[in-house]
Formats: sequence, C-alpha cells, structure tokens
Amino acid sequence: MEKTLIELNALTKTYGRGDAEFQALKGVDLTILKGEFVAVMGPSGSGKSTLMNLLGCLDTPTTGSYRFEGIAVETLNKDQRSLLRRHALGFIFQGFNLLARTSALENVELPLLYRGYTRSQRHEMAREALQRVGLGNKERNTPAELSGGQQQRVAIARAIVTNPGTLFADEPTGNLDSKTTLEIMELLCRLNDERNITVLMVTHEDEVAHYAKRIVHVRDGLIGSDVSNESRAVRGLQQNQTDR
Amino acid sequence: MFWNAFIIALREIRRNLTRAFLTVLGVVIGVAAVITMVTLGNGATEAMKESISKMGNNLLTLRPGQGWGPSASPLFSRTDVESIRQQVPGIKHITPLSNTSVQAIYQEQARQTDVQGVYPEYFPIGNWTIATGRFFDISELNTGEPVAVIGETIRKELFNGEDPIGKRIRLLNTAVTVIGVTEVKGQAGWGDDLDDNIIIPITTLQSRLNGQMFKQNINQIMISTEDGYPTDGVMADIASLMRERRNLARTVQDNFSVTDSRQVAEVMSSSTKLMTSLLGAVAGFSLLVGGIGIMNIMLVSVTERTREIGIRMSIGARAREVMLQFLVEAVTLSCVGGLVGITLAYGLCYKFAPVIGAPFRFDPKINLIAVIFSAVIGVLFGFLPARRAAGLDPIEALRHE
Repeated sequence: MEKTLIELNALTKTYGRGDAEFQALKGVDLTILKGEFVAVMGPSGSGKSTLMNLLGCLDTPTTGSYRFEGIAVETLNKDQRSLLRRHALGFIFQGFNLLARTSALENVELPLLYRGYTRSQRHEMAREALQRVGLGNKERNTPAELSGGQQQRVAIARAIVTNPGTLFADEPTGNLDSKTTLEIMELLCRLNDERNITVLMVTHEDEVAHYAKRIVHVRDGLIGSDVSNESRAVRGLQQNQTDR
Repeated sequence: MFWNAFIIALREIRRNLTRAFLTVLGVVIGVAAVITMVTLGNGATEAMKESISKMGNNLLTLRPGQGWGPSASPLFSRTDVESIRQQVPGIKHITPLSNTSVQAIYQEQARQTDVQGVYPEYFPIGNWTIATGRFFDISELNTGEPVAVIGETIRKELFNGEDPIGKRIRLLNTAVTVIGVTEVKGQAGWGDDLDDNIIIPITTLQSRLNGQMFKQNINQIMISTEDGYPTDGVMADIASLMRERRNLARTVQDNFSVTDSRQVAEVMSSSTKLMTSLLGAVAGFSLLVGGIGIMNIMLVSVTERTREIGIRMSIGARAREVMLQFLVEAVTLSCVGGLVGITLAYGLCYKFAPVIGAPFRFDPKINLIAVIFSAVIGVLFGFLPARRAAGLDPIEALRHE
C-alpha cells in the first residue's frame, strides 16, 4: 500500500474583498500518493495555478485543510512554509528562473546554501545533480550561455539537488520546442520512475500531460475530472524511442 | 546563517560589479573627504602649535597701538625697555626688536631680507640655538659692534656651501661680520620663513643702519617672564607702567598692546581646530549623502531583483534570510567603500600635506570611526531596502518581470 503524501479537504481560496471578491478554488478534495506523477490541467482562470501555489506551500488556503505528509500546512506561518519548501519540495518553472550571470554550478548550489552545507559538500552534490541531468560539462556556464533545454535541466538539477520527495513543475516545457520538451519530460519520468520522486506538474498541453500517470482537470475552481493514465510509462517511453 | 548570508551577498556583489561600484562611490568619496579633511586639519593644528613653540614660551610682546597691523601710535625706546626691566617684577629676559628690510650682499650674491636689531637676550627669549659660531654678547651690544648672526636661508643663499664665519656682509652702506649661524627653525604657522633673517645688536642697527641712536624706533619689545609670576599680573604691570610713562589720561585708551604668546597660540590653534571640525562636518554630510546613495541603489535593486528574491523564497529562503542577505550586502558594500575611501584619503593626504605645509599625521582613531560609521550607514540605509525585499510575496515576486 502506497503512502498518502498530500490530502486536500474542501480547500477554498478567495482573493480580494467585497465586490472584487473572487473565489479561485471552491472546495477541492484531492489525495495524492507518494511516487505519483500527476498532471494538473485546465484552461486559464480555472484555478489550477492557485491550486499549485497552495500545493507548493507558497500560499495559504482561505478555508479547508491541507495535509502534507501529515503536516497541517494551513496552520504554518510564512517561515515554517519556507522551511517545508526547503526540506521537502523542489520547484521547476516555465521561465526556468535561474539567477542571471551566475554559473550553472552556483545556481544548483543555491538551495544547499540555505541548508547550510559546507563548500565541498555543496560542490560535490551540485556536480552530481548536474551530471544526473546530463550537464556535467556545463557547470561553469551562465544561463545566457545555455540553450533553453539546458537551462531547464539546470533548473531541474537545482530542484533535485536536495533530494526532495516532491517536485512541483509549473509548465516546465512551456518555453521549449517539441524536441526539447521530450528530453525534459523523459528526465522527469526517469526521476519519477527511478528515484520514486512524486511529480506534480501544471500544463495545458495534452501531449505533455500524457507523460503523467494521472491527469487532474480543474474547472471553475473545482476538480472536473481525475483519471488514471496507467499506459503512460509504456506509451511515453516508446514514443521517445520511436522519435529517435 | 550569518556566514551563508555573507557568501550569498558576496556572490550577488560579484555578479554585478558595476552596480556595486556605483553603489559605493558615494561612501568612498565621503570617507575619503572626511579623513583627508581631518588628517590635514590635524596636521595644520600640529604645525601651528609647533611654530608657536618655536617663537618661545612665556613670551609677552609689547606692540604699539591696538591690535595687529600698522598703526600711528608711537614706537618704543630703549629707555622704555630699561624701565620695564627695572620696575616690573617677574621679568626674566627683555629685548627690544627693531627691524628693517634691507638688501644683504656678499660678493656676487644678494638677498632682500629682514634685519633684526636686538639685545643678546633675544636668543633665549626666541628659543634660538646656534648651529655654528656664536651669538653676540652684552659688550658687543654696548659698543655697537658690526657683527651678525644669520639664519640658515641666508647662509644658503649668500654663501652657498662656503663657511660664513668671519665673512663680511654688506647691509646698505655698512659691513657686518658673520659670527654665527642659527639652527634651522623652518616655517612659522603662517608660512613665514623663520630662517630668512639677520640678527645684529640693536645698537649697530640704530647707529649704522638707521642712524638714529636712542630714538623711538623700536617696533616691538619681547619679554619672557620668570616661572611663578602669573603672566596676567606681569602684563598688567607693564601696561600701567607704559600708561604712566606716556602720561595717558584715565579716559584715553592704551596706545600700545601687550599680548601673551600662549593666548595667541590658543586662539590660533582653536581656530584651526574649528576649521578642521567645520571641514570635517561638511565632509561628513557627503558621507551621509553617500549612505543615501547606497539606500537608493539598494531600493532600485530590490525592485530589479524581485524575481531573484522570489526564486530564493520558493526554494526555501526565509524572510529573515532574504533580509539578512540584503543587509549584509549593504554593510559589505559600505565597508568596502570605507576601506577604499581610506586608501584614497591617504593618497590625497600624502599629495596635499606638503602643499599646505602641514605634517602628515596618521590618526588611527579617525580611520576606525570612518569604518564604523560606514558600517553603520550600511545597516541604517540597507535596512529599508532589506525589509522591502523580505516583505515580498514569493508568488508575486516570481511573477514579476
């Protein structure tokens, strides 16, 4: 029996006040197990970004409860949520969000600095993470000297360097061409398969979503559909192989 | 946590050296200005004190008229000198001083210089010491011998390496024999060359140069007092004696003045000190402006780096860590600025100390103050931007373009 990682109960999020009040989430119930690969889909304005911000502990719900590994996230303050992100979560963004004019190695080291590793530990772990994403030879390069796919791989290295149990990917391939998209998705699948990292990904592209084992559609602040996509691993990886 | 903040801050500074340079420029200039002003000012005060002690200690000066500058009041005579010596208690040495500017000629060399006619007591009063030869004595004064003691500048200009002792210098239409050279005194606080003079017995000056023996042509009387006699009392005694000798009515103001060199010294050094603190204060304002410059650029950079802050927060940086990073950045920048400013200041002092004729004095206190002050400026003016950075919402910050 796989363990529960995330449990949402009647989660709501309201922005603004009075006439400008807008309810982005209207009571979401969702359970995610460890090791899952979930794609969150939905049109813009559906509330999927709000949901991801809440899941990623970047924001707090208005009402409802959010258990992350049994921790009641809605009761945590800003600093406690920061520490939760630091120790349990990794983030990948559409815009890569790497520090400019900073080498790949230093970018990957960034989360380790906040975790208080020594210089040599940082170097070693960052090098290892870069090698894992296939950029062992690019550690001195700055983002400007790397292609979009390489930048996203640096970002993935930064997200996994702390060995988090969960990866949040916000439109990870939104800025990439289709060939690079395949590379990145293959990398995420491998991390999910081989290291059993739970991946939560927001996307609006069906092709990308089909790499996930489970696809959740958000519509008007509610879960619209929640389907399993068990054929993912086989189909997705086969597709990659035929492409090559 | 602190060490980490320091590493992160250093990396951020290194990432944008141009911005760092512009940020600290104000502090660099401010610190350099403060240290240069204070160091040069202290040097000037020091120089002033030194030159006043060169003039002699416990020195009273009797001058015609009130205040400085030329006046129509009567000069003094040697009888004035003698009656002060006999009637005022507490006088150690007294000498008249009559001076005139003449051309001194030795062979092919000539120099316009100050010839001072005095008593031999002038030497102890004025703290003169002899380098070679000897001073003249009472008997030479009494007979009005044509002898002269010259300053180092005269020796250099007229004799150019030759031994001046026993040589004869022409002053107007008379000739005097050099019997001594005084030790170098250097410059007075106001820039006069104290070694550019010829000292001769006053009798010689009056009979041979001015041709007015015992006439009232003494423009200064210098007096040194015995220890244990308060100078105020001696000054009052001299003043009442002079009033009596000149038959001044009760209602008439003194047509002479007695000044105490120490008073002059105090006035002068307090005025240079005041000048130093004024200049230091003005420079201090530029340091303040430098601090505001840091705040300005840090505030702009918080906006500019909103996304960076968002990234840091999303990967788990706490608000206090972001704040610390920005504070440490500001403090590091301003301290580096302070150190660069000190270096620059020493360059400036080294270059300008000779120009204003002040000695170059290293003052560790002002350096320490400058560094601490720039660190304080870093904290003070780094606080607002740092707090703004720490207060950002991670989601908003990440969305920022």
